[in-house]
Amino acid sequence: MPLSTRRLKPAVALAAPNRRPFLSFLAAWTLALVIALTALQARAVEVQRVVSPGGIEAWLVEDHTNPIIALELAFRGGAALDPEDKTGLAYMVASSIDEGAGPLDSQAFQGQLDNLSISLRFEAGLDSFNGTLATLTENRDRAFELLRLALTEPRFDDEPVERIRSQITAGLSRESEDPEYIASRALRLMMFGDHPYARSARGTEASVARITVDDLRGFVGERFGRDRLYLGVVGDITAEELAKALDETFLALPEQAAPFTLAEAKVANSGETVVIAKPIPQSVVVLGQDGIRRDDPDYYAAYVVNYVLGGGGFSSRLVEEVREKRGLAYSVYSYLAAYDHGDMIAGGTATQNARVGESLDLIRQEWRRMAETGPSAEELEAAKRYLTGSFPLRFNSSDNIAGMLVGMQMEDLGIDYLERRNDYIEAVTLEQARRIAGRLYKPDALTVVVVGTPEGVTATREAPNDGS
Amino acid sequence: MAVLRCTAQRYTPLFGALILLLAAALGPASPARAKVFDPVSFTLDNGLQVVVVVNRRAPIVHHSVWYRVGAADEQAGESGLAHFLEHLMFKGTEKLRPGEFSEIIAANGGRENAFTSWDYTGYYQNVAADRLEIMMKNEADRMANLRLTDDVVLPERDVVREERRSRIDNDPASQLGELSRAIQFLNHPYRIPIIGWDHEIEQLSTQAAIDFYDKWYAPNNAVLIVAGDVDPEEVRRLAETYYGVVPAKDIPDRRRVIEPPQNAPREVRLVSPRVRQPQVSIGYLAPSYRQASGNAAYALQVASEVVGGGATARLYSRLVVDQGVAGSAGAGYSPTNYDYSTFQFYVAPRPGQEIEPAEAALRAEILELLNGGVTAEEVAAAKKRLVAGATFARDSLSTAPRVIGAALTTGGTLEQVEAWPERIAEVTAEEVNAALKEVLRDEQSVTSYLLPEPTS
Repeated sequence: MPLSTRRLKPAVALAAPNRRPFLSFLAAWTLALVIALTALQARAVEVQRVVSPGGIEAWLVEDHTNPIIALELAFRGGAALDPEDKTGLAYMVASSIDEGAGPLDSQAFQGQLDNLSISLRFEAGLDSFNGTLATLTENRDRAFELLRLALTEPRFDDEPVERIRSQITAGLSRESEDPEYIASRALRLMMFGDHPYARSARGTEASVARITVDDLRGFVGERFGRDRLYLGVVGDITAEELAKALDETFLALPEQAAPFTLAEAKVANSGETVVIAKPIPQSVVVLGQDGIRRDDPDYYAAYVVNYVLGGGGFSSRLVEEVREKRGLAYSVYSYLAAYDHGDMIAGGTATQNARVGESLDLIRQEWRRMAETGPSAEELEAAKRYLTGSFPLRFNSSDNIAGMLVGMQMEDLGIDYLERRNDYIEAVTLEQARRIAGRLYKPDALTVVVVGTPEGVTATREAPNDGS
Repeated sequence: MAVLRCTAQRYTPLFGALILLLAAALGPASPARAKVFDPVSFTLDNGLQVVVVVNRRAPIVHHSVWYRVGAADEQAGESGLAHFLEHLMFKGTEKLRPGEFSEIIAANGGRENAFTSWDYTGYYQNVAADRLEIMMKNEADRMANLRLTDDVVLPERDVVREERRSRIDNDPASQLGELSRAIQFLNHPYRIPIIGWDHEIEQLSTQAAIDFYDKWYAPNNAVLIVAGDVDPEEVRRLAETYYGVVPAKDIPDRRRVIEPPQNAPREVRLVSPRVRQPQVSIGYLAPSYRQASGNAAYALQVASEVVGGGATARLYSRLVVDQGVAGSAGAGYSPTNYDYSTFQFYVAPRPGQEIEPAEAALRAEILELLNGGVTAEEVAAAKKRLVAGATFARDSLSTAPRVIGAALTTGGTLEQVEAWPERIAEVTAEEVNAALKEVLRDEQSVTSYLLPEPTS
């Protein structure tokens, strides 16, 4: 277990409050996508649209090199739709629909997965409910059958439901003392206010205690509709074989999910600073303001500009000023997060208590410099070179590719998007980048949360109450 | 996620041992044929070992250099030096100013990072396949021509101290992990944290880093790995051009001290108001691949799979599902170390429950492993799962380099990596039970408690 040294920071803390070992989608996706997608030269990836006789659509990348198949699925609509007094419902469904289905109780179901080396997992993000399946080709039929059972006939027996509830509760309790979790929770509450995006997808200990088996069943009945379903498949399966599997697996789902609406989030650009006192040697700092929507014509310009400010590994301005020149922090970063109904720009660092004021001043100063003068011509070129050149690196594993196929569909980017994406990056001009930087970055509007025992920081208000 | 340059590998103290098992132990593939990653390997005249793994899914390549030196090769009082040097390797050479290699990598759309363990230190880039030469040229340059001055070294030392605060000092579970290791190993340097003790990091000097570099960094103490869309012959040509000119050095033997007999079980309790959920782990001194005799290291991997390998493994199904005395429970063992390994168990009660019944149930399971052993059926199922894991390991571009690099810097060979599925498939229940009896001895155990402060 080596120690990796150059981590700049898991932006995940804010973007994806879920820390289960795999992707909490839309949130994570929004980040990954932008970074990820570039025109990939023909050879690597050919995306096929597969539509089954029953009308189920999936995007497929065939690859017969290894005898494995990876599938990603997403239903639009996620934890942000949870009832206010039962937040964490989507997450609890995700954690328990693989705990017994159809004729198989929990241990029998998990036993089949184990014995056949099938990996089947579910996850709830704020805007979507996701699943991922990986199997050896020889177990393909059984793998799809277990997926069908989980989606259409989950049992929700008492034992697994209570077990899962206790595990979720333990996780929430554990993280209630994790400074990064505390900071990101407070920031979301202050930025999104009453909107469901302020929530943790996992809910609170109190809300999780209120969720009933009927709630879990209700969720499955209402939300898993074919009209909300997006599928990406990669690996050792032909279009014909997949078409057949799609019908066998997904035709049993209702044609339509129950309709839902989610209000647009209005992000508070409060300019407020909150300090949450904790007896730790290093303060965790997070900050944020409103951002830009994924479908905004200036999105790519904003994306490139953020790379220059704090999204670009070692070459970003924040890293240069905070880490490289002054040794103030191991990680410092900024990122754009775009949700279906809201957006933000967030950033953060972690630094010894005595130097928090200094670090925060530097971050604000860089935020202001970016707003006032934008990137230089050289910075813009360097950013474009990195963002276009690194795109093919996303195609490094089957599950990564399958995830991208789902994201492309959900964001309505088009099946040829992989070939066009670099053009969007290349098209960003210096003038556009500077204009969008001036429009986007608002140093005086930043909401700031510090967890620790910081020096040189003055709180302007009390910490928000998250009701847990 | 690309915003950051973080590797997936994190320093996982104690309780996260499970996940490491697959990643570290794998050398996977189908049991019938000894082809896991099917690498091509050769050695340059200056002693640099080169391994090429062809993977043509995308026009990309992984390029890494692994040095056979890590934190356990530091001298007393210089803890953290191997890791500190790893940071400093980005600070320029005679030809490149500080950070310039990183700029070159970024300008070519590459991603990079580095990592340090007790036994090895590695540097890697992932990049479009047609940029491989640029990576090789500059990585070879910093193999011999590092240049360090205080003005870049000292701020970086502060960065490392912040890294220590983030990883360890802010997190009670990580603090406990440090303490557990310090009493698991009475003499061996695995007792010292990779990142170092803060009071020693604070004293590390530019000269100490240069001395460590001069002593250990050389082609004959390194492994070069290239994986992806490449032609092995072209890699050979480039390796000879750029790495071939780096002179070999006299490299000292890795002199690692030996543990004395461990005569009594130890325990450590960390009680903190910042702990909300108690956990207990029990670790036993265990052999690494290099130390193990016969099939023991393979047998212990199978044992770990039987006991802790998922939702239907013994510990989870019995303690969590059947008895309900635990919210989580598992086991882990990774033999990919130059010297010792540990076999770990852990359990956490459900919220509101006391830790004692969970610990008692775990100890009962350990006792049953010793007295009753595992069954042939359990062993067969575990082996099947492990061997299947090998097929999945071929999928991702980064798995082969990770497995091969760790093996070759901890005393292993490519043949061992490639034969892993066969060796696993050979393991018998008798071997598993014998290996468990050898390892699960009370006197070589450490029990670690992570406990909330009692509310009065």
